[in-house]
Amino acid sequence: MSEPLIRLENVTKSYPSTESPAVGDLTMDVHEGEVLVLVGPSGCGKSTTLRLINRLIEPTSGRIFLKGEDVTEIDSSQLRRKIGYVIQQVGLFPHRTIAENIATVPKLLGWDKAKIADRIDEMLELVSMEPAVYRDRYPKELSGGQAQRVGVARALAADPDVLLMDEPFGAIDPITRDRLQNEFLRLQQDLKKTIVFVTHDIDEAIKMGNRIAILREGSEIAQIDTPEVILSDPADEFVENFLGSGAILKGLTLKKVRDIDLHPIPALEMPVMRDEALRVLEESPEKTAVLLDKDHRPLRWISEASLNRTTQPIEKSGKPITIDLQPEDTLQDALGVMLQSSVGMAVVVDRKGKYLGCCSIESLASLIISDAGGTSSS
Amino acid sequence: MTVVAPARVDRTTLAERLDLIVAPVFAAVLAVIGGAVWLYSDIDDTTRAILAPEKLQKQLVETLVLGFASSALVIIIAIPIGIAVTRRGLPRVKNFLVDTLGLAQALPAYGLIVLFFSWLGAGIGTVIVALATFSLLPVLRNTIVGLEQVDQAVIEAGRGMGYTKSQVLFEIELPLAVPVIIAGVRTAIVINIGMAALAFLIGGGGLGETINSGLKLDRNPAILIGAVMVAILALVFDFLSAVAQRYLKPKGM
Repeated sequence: MSEPLIRLENVTKSYPSTESPAVGDLTMDVHEGEVLVLVGPSGCGKSTTLRLINRLIEPTSGRIFLKGEDVTEIDSSQLRRKIGYVIQQVGLFPHRTIAENIATVPKLLGWDKAKIADRIDEMLELVSMEPAVYRDRYPKELSGGQAQRVGVARALAADPDVLLMDEPFGAIDPITRDRLQNEFLRLQQDLKKTIVFVTHDIDEAIKMGNRIAILREGSEIAQIDTPEVILSDPADEFVENFLGSGAILKGLTLKKVRDIDLHPIPALEMPVMRDEALRVLEESPEKTAVLLDKDHRPLRWISEASLNRTTQPIEKSGKPITIDLQPEDTLQDALGVMLQSSVGMAVVVDRKGKYLGCCSIESLASLIISDAGGTSSS
Repeated sequence: MTVVAPARVDRTTLAERLDLIVAPVFAAVLAVIGGAVWLYSDIDDTTRAILAPEKLQKQLVETLVLGFASSALVIIIAIPIGIAVTRRGLPRVKNFLVDTLGLAQALPAYGLIVLFFSWLGAGIGTVIVALATFSLLPVLRNTIVGLEQVDQAVIEAGRGMGYTKSQVLFEIELPLAVPVIIAGVRTAIVINIGMAALAFLIGGGGLGETINSGLKLDRNPAILIGAVMVAILALVFDFLSAVAQRYLKPKGM
């Protein structure tokens, strides 16, 4: 692998008032373009570690490299202008408009006015906020979720290569948090920033991280690896305990619906004759078929029993399909849909809503089992 | 995805609106009382001599000079000290200062003026120093409180984005502390204008002379009119400070 973008080398931070150091002899690499999540119990020193990287906290000893350059000695304010920083409490400047908030670092770097104005609008659009509506507002007019969107926009305004995020979605309600996480992951696919992300929430870590560093007291790394490996092969008891029960269930967020083999449930395309339907159902392994409309969108689950029970037209028999999945959805979403579904299966459709196939609990289970077996034996 | 824009909120509260109404109303009532005293009470030659326009004008100017000079002195001294003691590492100095100046305020102003007279001698300068000492605390305390109430997250964000320490002070902390600091200055100005009435004690002039002459020569209308003028002056300055407070308050708060 290429040279790490950020390298912490034997970094220690101790305070005179406490005996054991907050961060003890930490060596850690962050690679270019990855999201490294620092996760651990509260007080383990993960935030301190983050703040050592942009030198909001000065290390007692050790060295920190950014792109191979030792940044322990350079001017710390200059350094921070090159590193985006997002915190849980957001910390927007209440006396400045949204535009002025976003312009903070570009202004410090001396960009010209026209360039800054363009950048403000670009950033607002990036975080899905209408520039004309929000540009001249003040932070107190925003909701928590909107404020953190602006917080992210402000951190990205000067296009830093590195972004440090300290529990950025920690103070936001679960529904908005989920949405912001997804949006952020989508952004990161395009931006490819190098991100160090601190959280105490293992589920968030698994969702957001390309790699996860599980820290114990004194910011000692218990395990640092990809979420898949950590879930299937925890290094020790501490990691196991921290993952908690249901590591397999957590692993479901890592896999997408497209990773599993779709179950061959036959489709009935409208308009369809009753005899034709019965013949198809006869051949179907589950004695079930999916009724599609003219545009191949799934409408109802049709079973042999339901068809025999009534004399109603076929488009009124069986059970309606109310939720479907797309290949990009996680297996956790898939599990939820399957459990709600009346037949224990979920239909998968493409972006336009066209029927692709079904996934069943069995196919999910076989994927998990083969996966867990595969990694631990390696 | 779309984000729904919240409706803009009306920022002036009832308290803020009252703030701008009460002082002028009181001043007007007092002016009417003063006018009534002048028109309907028994004004003899002595009273007329005490209330001679050129005398009143001179005393008015003296009061204003005393009030302004002492307030300016307070601002120049208290705000930098307030900033200095809220920087890291000086909490002891801060507590010591607040306690000591609290003591200065506990002394009667009369005593303080006499105390400074025995040290600095008579004259307008002594009065200014005495008034400044007396009204230092509200400005100092409000500067400290104003700076300390600034949201730490905002400071942290500023530092994290690369503001230097002095940029954090001038771009974030002071602008956000301004409403509280001005409230302190407002208190100091009103105290100073009011207390300037005692300046005559050590030859500092001011409207107190009219009240004093009225007392000595037993002319009640003169006492009343002198007192009303001092009160109106204090109210006018309270009003002007309230206006300043409103317009110097950072937008968005």
